[in-house]
Amino acid sequence: MSQIFKAGLVCPLDKNNVDTDQIIPKQFLTSVSRDGFAEALFYDWRYVADGVPNTDFVLNFPQYQGASILLTRANFGCGSSREHAPWALQQYGFQVIIAESFADIFFNNSVNNGMLLIQLSKTNIELLFKRCAQGPQQWQIDLASQEILFGNNAAMGFSIDPDIKQRLLSGLDFIGSSEQLGAEISAFEAQRKARLPWLG
Amino acid sequence: MGQTLYQKIYQSHVVGKINASTDLLYVDRHLIHEVTSPQAFSGLKLAGRHVRRIDLTFATMDHNVSTQKRSLDAAGETSRKQLEALAENCAENQIPILDLTHPDQGIVHVIGPEQGLTQPGMIIVCGDSHTSTHGAFGALAFGIGTSEVEHVLATQTLPQQQAKTLKVVINGQLSAHVTAKDVALAVIGKLGTAGGNGYVAEFTGDTISAMSMESRMTLCNMSIEMGAKAGLIAPDDVTFAYLKDKANAPQGEHWPAAVSYWQSLHSDSDAVFDQTVQINAADIAPQVTWGTSPEQVISVDTPVPAPESFADETKRDAAARALQYMGLSAGQKLTDCQVDVVFIGSCTNSRIEDLRAAASVINGKTVAAGVRALVVPGSGIVKRQAEAEGLADIFKAAGFEWREPGCSMCLGMNDDRVEAGQRCASTSNRNFEGRQGRGARTHLVSPAMAAAAAIAGKFVNITQGDWA
Repeated sequence: MSQIFKAGLVCPLDKNNVDTDQIIPKQFLTSVSRDGFAEALFYDWRYVADGVPNTDFVLNFPQYQGASILLTRANFGCGSSREHAPWALQQYGFQVIIAESFADIFFNNSVNNGMLLIQLSKTNIELLFKRCAQGPQQWQIDLASQEILFGNNAAMGFSIDPDIKQRLLSGLDFIGSSEQLGAEISAFEAQRKARLPWLG
Repeated sequence: MGQTLYQKIYQSHVVGKINASTDLLYVDRHLIHEVTSPQAFSGLKLAGRHVRRIDLTFATMDHNVSTQKRSLDAAGETSRKQLEALAENCAENQIPILDLTHPDQGIVHVIGPEQGLTQPGMIIVCGDSHTSTHGAFGALAFGIGTSEVEHVLATQTLPQQQAKTLKVVINGQLSAHVTAKDVALAVIGKLGTAGGNGYVAEFTGDTISAMSMESRMTLCNMSIEMGAKAGLIAPDDVTFAYLKDKANAPQGEHWPAAVSYWQSLHSDSDAVFDQTVQINAADIAPQVTWGTSPEQVISVDTPVPAPESFADETKRDAAARALQYMGLSAGQKLTDCQVDVVFIGSCTNSRIEDLRAAASVINGKTVAAGVRALVVPGSGIVKRQAEAEGLADIFKAAGFEWREPGCSMCLGMNDDRVEAGQRCASTSNRNFEGRQGRGARTHLVSPAMAAAAAIAGKFVNITQGDWA
């Protein structure tokens, strides 16, 4: 079975421990909207003073314009729980992030926005960076077969939690699927009140 | 086989199964603030859903508020709009809120325990990574994102998968002036900022038993900085004494029943943890971070490490970049390093014990020339207590600014920023690039170390010389 989740250009961000303060700095968090964060992505790295683009930052390289797959290193998304981080990545155009590891809260936040986060071994991440060093890469991500397709029949497999895979494939409503357990929630509340009445 | 405390709390909250590896867990307390909730409320409204349990939801204003003036306008237009949105959402849904007119308003992780909202055995969530703080009470508490905030508002539940368990055993007596903050930084230095990814950490040992609730909160607060989903400390008599007679704690006949239940909340002696780490408290000296990650930390007397001293290539590269950002060189001593700004506050270190520790090293001395120092109490309750004890007068007489409660310079969302290139001794929790302001150089320390740095104008070892 094959189902292409995303096909697109890869941007390599060769850094470990990229924290959510870097992904979206504090000054953009006062918004009450869910939109408009694309410009804020990696702001302090993307722009030097006064909003002039930093030509040394990989996202600004001409060959990576329009990228939709982000390749990075370990512990991506550590720090603050701000969901503005995946919002900014997604609104910029990234739908897939491939890394050696992710921080827990960032991982959940991204999945809850329908993004695919792929975790690979350090060795495989290194191989992918080597591919990128050869020139701009267009990859396809096949979620059903759990493979990154490089073209010319070359591919690399990845593992993913089956529940998350199912959610991404079916596009299930996050809250809606829990609401299906409405009767169980009410029953739990009743027994909780009987067992620990001070909790209300 | 016995169960860990984490497993006991997790299993007692399972409402049902979402699918093979995901459980739906009930949430006992949902704390909200202005930054991560507005989009959740609009999502709720858009879908025609309502807040399921108003009585289990509680709001405060903290991240954005000016700590110079208690006014919605004081931190700028966008901040005012966000604070107003929180007030409107709470009013519309009848959610209790500690707004700027409330005398007890403060940082969400300070007011939760103070108001008795944080209790052992609970599952507590908040759209803030430092929710791990509440684990100090033996509650399973963790930070969530805005989609999850919306999910909890709608259903009072959250889909979760079981985490792995990490036991951090800390034994031995801490030296004078060495605090929970130093312990937390030393543990992160040992395990790394990703060392706890996928784990819930339980802190145990005689050092922990001897700690006050304030110290335990500092330690659990920082457990997210080693990547752990949550930090936990089993409740004991210290916990119960703290909670007794708090506003929202169990009252009357419920109190003995609650205590009896809470006493069952500990890891069984035959419980198996996925990983165990041992720490000797007596080995810990005052800690100072030198880099841009909390794991880049040393004892105050240790020279700044050379990138080449790290065997791991990743750590070597990170160290080189951090030294450049921080304006430091290998071999340099932090005790020779001038500071420009001192910040005492944040959900890590803004409680009464922290302010007492900071005030205790001042001893009639004054803030060094050229240093800007501020003390931001964590809540109205902490502020009033510090004023009643004379601590505020000590700070003010020494030249510290004495502020209103809020998150303030920890993340610089309000008008308190560290300027580019300035060096800040901070009692907060993150020394990331740009965290306190673009180009700001943050050194994480304990409150006593921060106060001493303000007076000396540079970092000092407070366990030695006149400071001891």
